[in-house]
Amino acid sequence: MSKQPRNNGTSRRDFLKTATATGAAAMAANLTLLQNVHAQGNNDMLRVGLIGCGGRGTGAAGQCVRGGPNVKLWAMGDAFRDRLDSARNNLMNNAGLRGRIDVPAERCFVGLDAYRQVIANCDIVCLATPPGFRPLHIQATIAARKHLFTEKPVGVDGAGIRTVLAAFAEANQRGLSVVAGTQRRYQTSYLESMRRIHGGDLGTITSARCYWNQGSLWHRARTPGMRDLEWQLRNWLYFTWLSGDHIVEQHVHNLDVINWATRSHPDRAMGLGGRQVRTGPEFGHIFDHFAIDYDYPNGVRVLSMCRQIPGCANNVSEAVTGTRGTWTSSPGHSIRGERAWTFPRGTDNEPYQAEHVALINSIRNSRPINDLQNVAHSTLTAIMGRMSAYTGRVVTWDQALNSTENLMPPNLAWDMALPVPPVAVPGAGA
Amino acid sequence: MTTPARSVSEGRHTNPKRQRGTRIPRWRFGLVWPLGVACLLGLSGAVIDWQRGRRLPQVDPLTHESYTEHISVTQVKFDMIAIPGGSYRMGSPPREGGRSNDEGPQHPVSVRPFWMGQCEVTWDEFDLYLDRPPNRKRPVTAAAKIADAVTRPTPSYADETFGHGREGIPVLSISHHMAMEYCRWLSAKTGKTYRLPTEAEWEWACRAGTTSAYSFGDDPDQLGEYAWFEKNSEELAHKVGQKKPNPWGLHDMHGNVAEWCLDHYFADAYRRFPGDLLTPGAVLLPTAKCFSHVVRGGSWVDSASKLRSSARRGSDKTWLRRDPQLPPSIWWLTDADFVGFRVVRPVEEYPELKGLRSKVMRNNPLE
Repeated sequence: MSKQPRNNGTSRRDFLKTATATGAAAMAANLTLLQNVHAQGNNDMLRVGLIGCGGRGTGAAGQCVRGGPNVKLWAMGDAFRDRLDSARNNLMNNAGLRGRIDVPAERCFVGLDAYRQVIANCDIVCLATPPGFRPLHIQATIAARKHLFTEKPVGVDGAGIRTVLAAFAEANQRGLSVVAGTQRRYQTSYLESMRRIHGGDLGTITSARCYWNQGSLWHRARTPGMRDLEWQLRNWLYFTWLSGDHIVEQHVHNLDVINWATRSHPDRAMGLGGRQVRTGPEFGHIFDHFAIDYDYPNGVRVLSMCRQIPGCANNVSEAVTGTRGTWTSSPGHSIRGERAWTFPRGTDNEPYQAEHVALINSIRNSRPINDLQNVAHSTLTAIMGRMSAYTGRVVTWDQALNSTENLMPPNLAWDMALPVPPVAVPGAGA
Repeated sequence: MTTPARSVSEGRHTNPKRQRGTRIPRWRFGLVWPLGVACLLGLSGAVIDWQRGRRLPQVDPLTHESYTEHISVTQVKFDMIAIPGGSYRMGSPPREGGRSNDEGPQHPVSVRPFWMGQCEVTWDEFDLYLDRPPNRKRPVTAAAKIADAVTRPTPSYADETFGHGREGIPVLSISHHMAMEYCRWLSAKTGKTYRLPTEAEWEWACRAGTTSAYSFGDDPDQLGEYAWFEKNSEELAHKVGQKKPNPWGLHDMHGNVAEWCLDHYFADAYRRFPGDLLTPGAVLLPTAKCFSHVVRGGSWVDSASKLRSSARRGSDKTWLRRDPQLPPSIWWLTDADFVGFRVVRPVEEYPELKGLRSKVMRNNPLE
């Protein structure tokens, strides 16, 4: 277990308070580094580069360029030409984005290395590739001194998270803004809930639970001639090296809320899971259900469940219980207990837009936001749960963080043989 | 249709201000009518003179019987209630408490006989359409094969029940397009014509011959016996059919989930119809646009006045504001866990509605 002081659970608001001081100092020391970071408070054009042109990346690009005046999509990159073209068409033909999309063919980059050219051609990078690539792309973005919007999760293994935590520190030093796609942190109902939880409305937190139990997701058929890498990339949800498994890819949202509420992260995880219904080869080798018991500091226990099996009880929510009451997020944010409260329906914001407004404002006002540590810790929380369920063992935070596991296949190439890993068998390594 | 349609641009009886507040330029009504874009139709033929002084509502004798529909090869069934044809004044009088301007001016409408679902469509029926693996069966009949060819929605990236539960709970948070596609699937599956009710049919069925604010009278204090709404819902949709039915045997017309109607929503819709002539049918047909469509009846979220028989609401883009994708889903709404629907079946379909299906191909809330 980590003994170092933790500021990982710091809320964005708290962070802004401290970042004003530390960020200003960092910026004064690095003024020369900031020349391609836009000058304070002006509306100079900000050029956005999108890496990963799926539906979510396309949405993020649209939200980013609408995050403030004079923000333009300037470059796009994807592993596949067809994905890039359809995203570009969707953006260029969108009346609501008129004048904000400026991506001529020479700034469209296709291939596994496309990210390099996109990063070189913009001020803000939007990352929406499969999560396995995230550490590499985050590292390259921060090294190139570009601001960043990164979708969650930010990695699939301990090695990747260490890379991202190094990038977190580097971004702080360089005064760069990083916003992560854990959009609940920008959603009014959650912000208001956390204000109350952190203000003591639940008393002392004793336990929490969080679920992402739903049906199945999409998959794409393997067409004749489709090589291993292309097939896996196009079906990235179902390969742990790309998605981290659904506990990492999807459930990270709920775990992030628990870390946020408790302003901490778990010390250890004991999990179980398996692959019971979604067993066909089209679903790669990931599990279809997990249940994890997380040990948080001060004896706080957290029950986490995630499932992607149709026809079962669905539940996507978080709840936190303290000595004075319980907060739940669904349906509708509310607190039951001594300080009962209900978030007024119909007053929530658009979190996917708000996160980009925050990013653009933070860049223009030179008040950097840096979400990387929070999202890296939440991602690692999910990874340690997966590690425990896959192995059948208790996994500590430090074991997960310092794990030598690196799931990225070496020397990716389109014609490489990439066999599907076996489905994990708990206890097999004992 | 048997007689020329009256497009709004040709209407002589309507208020010249009728276009206010719509987003469709006036010229489009005339030009694009053959494509069916937002046209005002006199559905069963010519607009006939309405004899002044005739008492409305006029409820015709029932000519058909209620029945139970069984969805083939499954145990799932639902009841369809026979609704008489007749004529009524659609909308609310200016003096009705809690009224909004979009409920007027009242105008006389005639409705053909039809059947209406006794209850809102629940997940029990809807899951067959979603084609979740436990229900998957090889299509064996011709009808089943056609039904199998109806477009199925993409899987939801979330809990599509939004915490409201599944068995017996009304479907919610689905788009108008998905509701129409479900009807198309159900029609193919059963060999009967099922569709969304027109707004005129919905209000006719809700009123069930009454002219009061609610189908049981004007007193909102009685609402809890008939409806799930803000005061008794405890922030949840409830199992259908638990509250008292209206005079024609329909449950949850007031409250529980608000219900999609076929029509596009315009605040000034009623100004587009003659106030002194009886309009048979009366519908503003859906187009390729995702917004805005009529929802009726109010929901578990709403206060009493929003549950009145004449209360109207239009869908709006905030109902999918947490869809992060571009283009967003045409199937699922991320922020409308208060909207569902029920089906109707015409005894004799209006010619203009024969073969009608959703024209929505994509969704663009930024436009």
